[in-house]
Amino acid sequence: MLLDLTGVQLSFGGLYALRDFSLSVGEGEMVGLIGPNGAGKTTTFNVISGLYPPSKGVVRFRDQDLTGCPAHEMAARGIARTFQNIRLFDRLTVLENVQVASHWRRGYRLWDAAFRNSRFAEAEQGSDEEAEALLATFGLYERKHERATSLPYGEQRRLEIARALASKPSLLLLDEPAAGMNPAEITALIALIARIREEFGISILLIEHHMHLVMGICQRIAVLDFGVKIAEGTPDEIRTNTRVIEAYLGEPVENERRQ
Amino acid sequence: MSWFGQAPRPVLVRLLAFTLAGVLLAVWYVYQYGGAAALQQLINGLQRGSIYALIALGFTMVYGIVKLINFAHGDIFMFGAYIAGFAGSALLGNGHFVAFAGALLISMAATALLGVTIERVAYRPLRDRPRFSALTTAMGVSLFLENFFALPPASVPFPLNYIVFGPNYLSFPQLIPVKYYSFGPIYITSMHILDLGLAIVLMVVLHAFIKHTVTGKAMRAVAFNTDAAKLMGINVDRTIAITFAVGSALGAASGLMYGMTYGILASPYFGIFPGLQAFIAAVLGGIGSIPGAVLGGFLMGVSETFATSINSNLGYMTSFVILIVVLLFRPAGLLGKFQREKV
Amino acid sequence: MGAGSIAIVGAAFLYAAILFLHGDLGFPVGLLSDYYFQVLMLAAINIIVTIGLNLINGFAGQFSIGQAGFMAIGAYVTAMLATFVVPIADFAVPFQILAFIGIVLVSGCAAGFVGYLVGLPSLRLKGDYLAIVTLAFAEVVRSIVRISDEISAGLAHIGLTKLAAQIGGIGGPRGFGGFPQLADIVIGPVRIPTLFTLIFISVVLTVVLARNLVYSSYGRAWLSVRSNELAAEVMGVNSTRAKVLAFVLSGFLAGIAGGYFAFVIRFLHPDSFSFLKSIEYLIFLYAGGAASLSGSIVAAGTLTILPEFLRVIGFDQWRLIAYPLLLIVIMLWRPSGLMGDREFRFLQNPKLRGRHAS
Repeated sequence: MLLDLTGVQLSFGGLYALRDFSLSVGEGEMVGLIGPNGAGKTTTFNVISGLYPPSKGVVRFRDQDLTGCPAHEMAARGIARTFQNIRLFDRLTVLENVQVASHWRRGYRLWDAAFRNSRFAEAEQGSDEEAEALLATFGLYERKHERATSLPYGEQRRLEIARALASKPSLLLLDEPAAGMNPAEITALIALIARIREEFGISILLIEHHMHLVMGICQRIAVLDFGVKIAEGTPDEIRTNTRVIEAYLGEPVENERRQ
Repeated sequence: MSWFGQAPRPVLVRLLAFTLAGVLLAVWYVYQYGGAAALQQLINGLQRGSIYALIALGFTMVYGIVKLINFAHGDIFMFGAYIAGFAGSALLGNGHFVAFAGALLISMAATALLGVTIERVAYRPLRDRPRFSALTTAMGVSLFLENFFALPPASVPFPLNYIVFGPNYLSFPQLIPVKYYSFGPIYITSMHILDLGLAIVLMVVLHAFIKHTVTGKAMRAVAFNTDAAKLMGINVDRTIAITFAVGSALGAASGLMYGMTYGILASPYFGIFPGLQAFIAAVLGGIGSIPGAVLGGFLMGVSETFATSINSNLGYMTSFVILIVVLLFRPAGLLGKFQREKV
Repeated sequence: MGAGSIAIVGAAFLYAAILFLHGDLGFPVGLLSDYYFQVLMLAAINIIVTIGLNLINGFAGQFSIGQAGFMAIGAYVTAMLATFVVPIADFAVPFQILAFIGIVLVSGCAAGFVGYLVGLPSLRLKGDYLAIVTLAFAEVVRSIVRISDEISAGLAHIGLTKLAAQIGGIGGPRGFGGFPQLADIVIGPVRIPTLFTLIFISVVLTVVLARNLVYSSYGRAWLSVRSNELAAEVMGVNSTRAKVLAFVLSGFLAGIAGGYFAFVIRFLHPDSFSFLKSIEYLIFLYAGGAASLSGSIVAAGTLTILPEFLRVIGFDQWRLIAYPLLLIVIMLWRPSGLMGDREFRFLQNPKLRGRHAS
């Protein structure tokens, strides 16, 4: 297993955001995480990416216990994520946004940068080429020197994903990548995600509300409600699971049938 | 994993830790200098603290509502002190009570006007701008107030020569008779009573104002979420102006207290130091928190007084050391709320 | 020739022009008096400090308000070393210059090291709280200078008499003066003012090195922390380390500038490094434009020289209120600073050569 969450618990004040949550993601797998609003999905991502240390439980990645490690270390070990509300670096260009993600692999030290020696020039060029290739894959090469926030919404979302991939992760956490997209854009996104899996060979954990996106591309789906995992299985299993339906609709399925 | 940057532990535990540390220091001081001296310094410290607390309240109210560190607040305090001095002198012929009350009311009104004007002219246009714009402007306003009022009247044209204070010191008029009350080796003056009393009265009035009036509720609403307040129909501009007025008025009262307690206003630059101490007090208590400002003010006053009694240079340094220590253990100040960024 | 090379050549011309006007190139030109020569040196020093401050407040987006503290460390360490420890007054000219450079670098490192000690715990604090800690740090430095007599007495008490004498020489609140002067290099009719030359070279180096760092992974890391610290962390940037680095560098630069400052004004007093001084640098930074190196150069330069200009045309006392009024006007008119976040041609991103960097 690439990622192993065991018995993770996180509370804010007296409120449990996550309770006894366990999840595994294997190499090359595509797993979906769904649930009503406030169920704890983004909180799960925050725990995995190192922003919140869990109050209980273990986060294992590549067989190493990374519970409580700070975010930048998680990134260095190969976990990348996108954000629900786009968090691009508004003071940097499109190209620079992508390059930041490879900061810890820059290959030169302060001295090299200050005096612009050959080590710096080579490493910088490599960084430029790598980032430009990634942008090309995402159709953003033309805009590489523009301010990241001047891009239209759809392209900003693509840039978020491109940036996450720049750190060469083994696990990619996508937080509602289809938010605010129309059906045509979603179709393109599905194709993009499929291509990412193929080209980069990474595992993906996906939070989404667009059901046909999740059901369409995920191999496995876990369902959260009020911080607790209430179901896990294949898309077909989840689709017909009564507890899941109840959680989303908020009332027992019996009543619905009577009406 | 280090302990910095984690969520704060319960308030009670921290307060207990600090009071313990304070108690230990107090014990040492009493052992070194004697109980009577310690008690006297405590009384003097509370007096100084009440002056700081009122200034700190002005800082914290403005910060709470517009997230601006008003660098000019110390100079607003200075302005209030001078106006109180002039008004007091002018009214002295009508008896102590009239002189005192008159000085208080006139300086509070004048200073409130100054505060509102500054907000309107220098801060409001920058409200939607990056934070540092208003901060830099505040620094400019502070320098301007200090240098402007320090211009010698002889060298400025009419009518400015009646407005500027000049660079020299002002002897503050004695607005109430100074009486000494001795309790053995300890003495309390009427000034002690006045300072502490006036501060407490004003704090109570402020508390009632914020808690029970519509305007007070509006101020809390705007401080909490400006956009939501606007959508609820609150006149944000007016509310902010009132906050500045109240904060400045409190500063003026503090200025009057300062003048009466120490008898001399050294120069139009004298507001810098108390302003700085009050700023630290506000941060110490948790900037934006009103009870925090009061707590911080008294803490600063007491610690400064005790430290100065050991060595005059030490007094200045102690404030900062206390501040650093508190912030390291409680990054949002003693009563501040730790704002967790929502992901 | 690239814009950068043109700038370097321009700087060389500027240097020569200043020397000419000061009468050092053999021609009896008296247009630049010694007083204004000193003002130019102070302007250069202010540029160095402001660029340092720009790294932490501008690029890394923090709020540090105690620059004067670092300057004080640099100034006092330089003065102490040059007067008591390394008697450069007795050195011959080339060795004197080398010794002085060494001393200044050591002072910079001392200030930078203190920056590290202060920054590591403090830079986890948010915004305004960080500000107050940096302010407190600067004041503590000043207070330590103020009680130097007591410290000296204490050291003598425990037998470290030599160190005690050196620290006693700082003079606490009495002030510290009487440092040696750097001898100028005279070649025939040409006189090269050593101190000015060192300062000039330092400014140029500071601008070049700062610009190099900004357009590298380090600058990108800083700007990412400024834009969205959380996202930067998640992308692999150790934000605390980035902030501390900026803090240490700004301390180092302020320390070096402080060392030069000591030798330019030739008398040190704890009040020279008060909060008012820190405010001056904040004004230079924000009036010029945070995260704009050009802005720092322009603002620090003009706002140092302009008040003197006012003095020349006779508005001396109005200078004190014209300056803050000017500042208020600038901020109301251009809230992002004079240069905003734009740069001069030669300071723009070399990868965007020819394009307008937005």
